[in-house]
Amino acid sequence: MTIAVSDTSAVETRSRPRGPIAEFVRQQPLGTVSFFIICAMMFAGVASEVVSPYDPLAIDFVSILGPPSWTHWCGTDAYGRDICSRLIYGSRTALVIGFTSSFLGSSIGAVLGIASAYFGGRIDNWIQRVMDVLLAFPIIVLALVVVAALGKILVAGIDINLILAIAIPIVPRVARVVRAAALSVRVMPYVDAARAAGYSHARIIFRHMAPNVVAPYLIMLTAFIAQAILAEASLSFLGLGVQEPTAAWGLMLSGNASDFYRQAPWMILFPGVAISLAVFAFNLFGDSLRDFLDPRFKV
Amino acid sequence: MLRYTINRVLLTIPTLLGVAVLVFFMLRIVPGDIVEVKLRGDGGAVTQETIEMERHRLGLDKPLMVQFKDWMVGVVTFNYGISMWTERPVMEEIAIRLELSLEVAILATLVAIMLAIPLGTTAALYRDTWIDYLMRIVTIGGISIPSFWFGMLIMLGLLAAFNWLPPITFTPIYVDPVANLTQLIWPALAVGYRYCAVTARMIRSSLLEVLSEDYIRTARAKGVQEKLVISRHALRNALLPAITVIALEFTFLIGGLVVTEQVFNLNGIGQLFVQSVSRNDFTLIQGMVMLIAAFYVFVNLAVDLLYAVFDPRIRYT
Repeated sequence: MTIAVSDTSAVETRSRPRGPIAEFVRQQPLGTVSFFIICAMMFAGVASEVVSPYDPLAIDFVSILGPPSWTHWCGTDAYGRDICSRLIYGSRTALVIGFTSSFLGSSIGAVLGIASAYFGGRIDNWIQRVMDVLLAFPIIVLALVVVAALGKILVAGIDINLILAIAIPIVPRVARVVRAAALSVRVMPYVDAARAAGYSHARIIFRHMAPNVVAPYLIMLTAFIAQAILAEASLSFLGLGVQEPTAAWGLMLSGNASDFYRQAPWMILFPGVAISLAVFAFNLFGDSLRDFLDPRFKV
Repeated sequence: MLRYTINRVLLTIPTLLGVAVLVFFMLRIVPGDIVEVKLRGDGGAVTQETIEMERHRLGLDKPLMVQFKDWMVGVVTFNYGISMWTERPVMEEIAIRLELSLEVAILATLVAIMLAIPLGTTAALYRDTWIDYLMRIVTIGGISIPSFWFGMLIMLGLLAAFNWLPPITFTPIYVDPVANLTQLIWPALAVGYRYCAVTARMIRSSLLEVLSEDYIRTARAKGVQEKLVISRHALRNALLPAITVIALEFTFLIGGLVVTEQVFNLNGIGQLFVQSVSRNDFTLIQGMVMLIAAFYVFVNLAVDLLYAVFDPRIRYT
């Protein structure tokens, strides 16, 4: 499909055929910009130790609630911690939780969706009823119920149950879309051929059907990274997600941030900008990816 | 139509029962319950005996299957029990907060729809121009900016401009409409931005689809004014798919309210839910989850039935 797209554009613009990346840049300028924002965030998250000017946990009582200045670009919070450094470390928290929970949720959803389409009949019916039950909750509500149910398990400073809590609401949403895509793959002759050749169900699902629903899967994966980052920020804001003193954007907005509206508006401003920018970038990138990979596909 | 209606109504039962079963067992997968939070939460030294007594009083020491039976009987007979924290009936706790949350939700819906229709229509009519791109950024901003942060910005702005802080008490609309509206319009705006963005995007794409239909060309060919083609022929048909989004997003407003009520210090359903989760108040969580799920399921049902009324093609398949 990509080849067909670059062929027509070559005729239109009378230039040499481009590769898929160059074609994406040309067709989706907004998507490209968002990709660079994502790259910058990933760099900040991976190289936090190098990039950040201060230790995000260092308490400095001399410079409590300091306004943005040359020494503290985004000001300091109620403990005198450097907000800029906390934002940089916070991008690590957001990305780790965003990526893992979206990957987990989308992958389980995709497998369930394909299995549902492949087996059909009673299995399809059962999977769909269970998905219907899970769909009856807004993402944040289901995540809160899971948080209430599972409590906290910390592994290397990251709450495994928080990732699970955000991943579970993603499963039915991806399963539904992937199932619709897989239904059209199901009737392809090569699936019948694979069954006639006697391949196992697992092999047909993973080797023959899964590669053909990669486009919707990737689109959903990107879009749900945005949702997962938003959910993590919301849960942390409510005090039920990431806990102090770990740097997390939602957490920076909660608690005493709202007590200092008047004295220190920068405590509210910058973390919110960080969340919005990250979610914006992933949403826009997912949107552009959809237009690029599959213009007829609608979520 | 009757057969379709009956089928569709019956389909809601397994979903709701599924929700009841799911929430019950999910809350009990991991040991640990409200008694620990209630008695040991502040680090107080409490004997095991006292804890067992409290468990017994709340019925948490009964076998799981007995508790499950009690819960399912309660679900069917609309008796959701007593909050384990406040000791008041769950239904009462919900009822006293429902008015506030419902009003914010309705205000948000009104604001969102009034803004979304002109926004979506303009974006579709000026497709691929800078207006459309601007609209795309504004709408993607709507689904990206967290509603609670947007709420904080609104508060910050109000504080700077009018030295206004959200009042601590809630004034019902029939007591003092002005005080009520000045209090609730801001949270409604905060959660309504996302709603508006999603609806505007839907209107844009469905209007683009309708505009390429044959009957639009026919209308233009027979000389109908462009203004009338858009308002009478195109928009009316394009709004049908938008109704689905409007209705479904309405149920998802509750998700936004859960976080945003915290910002504006509103004692509504959302805040109650967050409190019950952080206190492990099983009965209250169960009751609220049933309420939210039932709300979603019935709005969905209403949309499907309305669709069948408006679009005869669905009825006969």
